[in-house]
Amino acid sequence: MNQLPLVALIEELGRFFAFTARVFVGIFRRPYRARLFAEQAERIGVRSVPIIALSSLAIGMIFSLQVTWLMAMFRAETMVGATVGMTLARELAPVITSLMLIAKNGSAMTAELGTMRVTEQIDAMETMSVDPVQYLVAPRLVASVVVFPVLTAMANVIGLAGSYLVSVRMMGVDPGGFFDQLYWFVDPVDVLSGLIKASVMGLMMTIICGYFGFYSEKGAKGVGESATRAVVTSSVGILVADYVMADIMLKILY
Amino acid sequence: MNSIVRVKNVYKSFGGNHVLSGASISFEQGKITAIIGQSGTGKSVLIKSIIGILVPESGEIYFRDRELLSAPEAVQDEARRHFGYLFQDSALFDSMTVEENIAFPLIETLHMRDRNEIRAIVREKLEWIGLPGIENTFPAELSGGMRKRVGVARTLALQPEILLFDEPTTGLDPVLAESINDLIVKVNREFDITCILITHDIQATFRISDYIGFLYNGRIEAEGTPESLGDTEHPILRRFISNSFVEREVEGCRDT
Ligand SMILES: Nc1ncnc2c1ncn2[C@@H]1O[C@H](COP(=O)(O)OP(=O)(O)OP(=O)(O)O)[C@@H](O)[C@H]1O
Ligand SMILES: [Mg+2]
Repeated sequence: MNQLPLVALIEELGRFFAFTARVFVGIFRRPYRARLFAEQAERIGVRSVPIIALSSLAIGMIFSLQVTWLMAMFRAETMVGATVGMTLARELAPVITSLMLIAKNGSAMTAELGTMRVTEQIDAMETMSVDPVQYLVAPRLVASVVVFPVLTAMANVIGLAGSYLVSVRMMGVDPGGFFDQLYWFVDPVDVLSGLIKASVMGLMMTIICGYFGFYSEKGAKGVGESATRAVVTSSVGILVADYVMADIMLKILY
Repeated sequence: MNSIVRVKNVYKSFGGNHVLSGASISFEQGKITAIIGQSGTGKSVLIKSIIGILVPESGEIYFRDRELLSAPEAVQDEARRHFGYLFQDSALFDSMTVEENIAFPLIETLHMRDRNEIRAIVREKLEWIGLPGIENTFPAELSGGMRKRVGVARTLALQPEILLFDEPTTGLDPVLAESINDLIVKVNREFDITCILITHDIQATFRISDYIGFLYNGRIEAEGTPESLGDTEHPILRRFISNSFVEREVEGCRDT
């Protein structure tokens, strides 16, 4: 209330880390909630396939359009496959996938948990000796950590298909050269680094969106505000984390 | 006197807002005890402190002579298994059906696994609250009164010794309110469950409860049986009681 902003910030951070610790403890403690995990994996994973397919196809196509045009100036059109493939694998696929999932599932996660908080459903769980963090957040976290890289891998393939469509089929790039350069330049390590990033981003989304939902303020406005803050914080968060991870991975993996 | 829960000198504040300042009351085994008081005086805070959703700054809360606030967490958890709590807005899980709601404590708290047994208990509870056959509906499809009943069924699933009701009749029409009051009496008589009741409904309180405490300014300012409080000397409580009776009578005249 009438606190110094700094004190409030430190308090909030303390609560955030305590929440994070509770989530991790919850994952490793019995009972393991396989059914809830499957439910969440379906919601975050299976039902996101169309939107991720569509957005990665679009990104692959748009990116190739620009790159082919640029490369044509140096008569190096066959480099399109390698350029698009590598950028997708290392950066674009994990970032696009994560941003889409934050918009689609992260906001819903905050809204759901926030509603449960303000209608006292979370308190009700506690009175029945059930740890709400373990019941509600831990399965979502495990699902995200598994599903994000899977959808990212799919985004890689579909993005490349989009690239092939535009550069080879529509702009006349030589298909042999396209694939040769792709195989020559793109390493499994590039793909791997992208998948690891996606996992970390999935983890960040769940913890941040879960946190904002779990500590929503009373009132419908409170839940709406929490959802907005959760989406903004986790989007910015994954971008910052992406840069940091890219920096680290370029040093240790190559 | 055989008290099952005792609250002694409990203090609780939020920031600069001193909600409870030295509240003390004891709840007798097998009886219906009501806490009355104006809106926002901390009635909910008081019973949330009893079941451990809120932690008071100081004071003592006894369950059968065992002090809980200073006890280790395991002791507190064990003691609180004997409590059931009906939330002000029922707090049913709205992503689950009625059946899943009532099955939740059976599966998660009592670790029951036998599906047929669980289904049978759910059916029996629903029959008991007078709403058979609604297993597959979602809470959002139910009226306020029905949600309250399902909430009661869910708390009864854990076979509590003490049931706390937070304003069970607020927001219900008089007929429904009456039926919930009857349900509370039925819970108390048939299962011998100690009931603790928070309410604004003074008339009903005087009819169904065995003992009443008046919360004012963070303390229990007056307490006693309905008979003894009926002609209380306490000026504020007197006004509080007479106002609510007058209101009701006026309402009644308008209706007829
Ligand atoms: N978790 C909380 N955080 C901050 N303040 C709270 C919290 N819970 C209750 N309060 C404050 O405590 C005071 C008493 O609230 P409480 O809900 O106990 O009142 P009440 O007597 O139950 O009222 P009502 O009849 O309206 O339910 C209010 O001023 C409320 O703002
Ligand atoms: Mg209240």
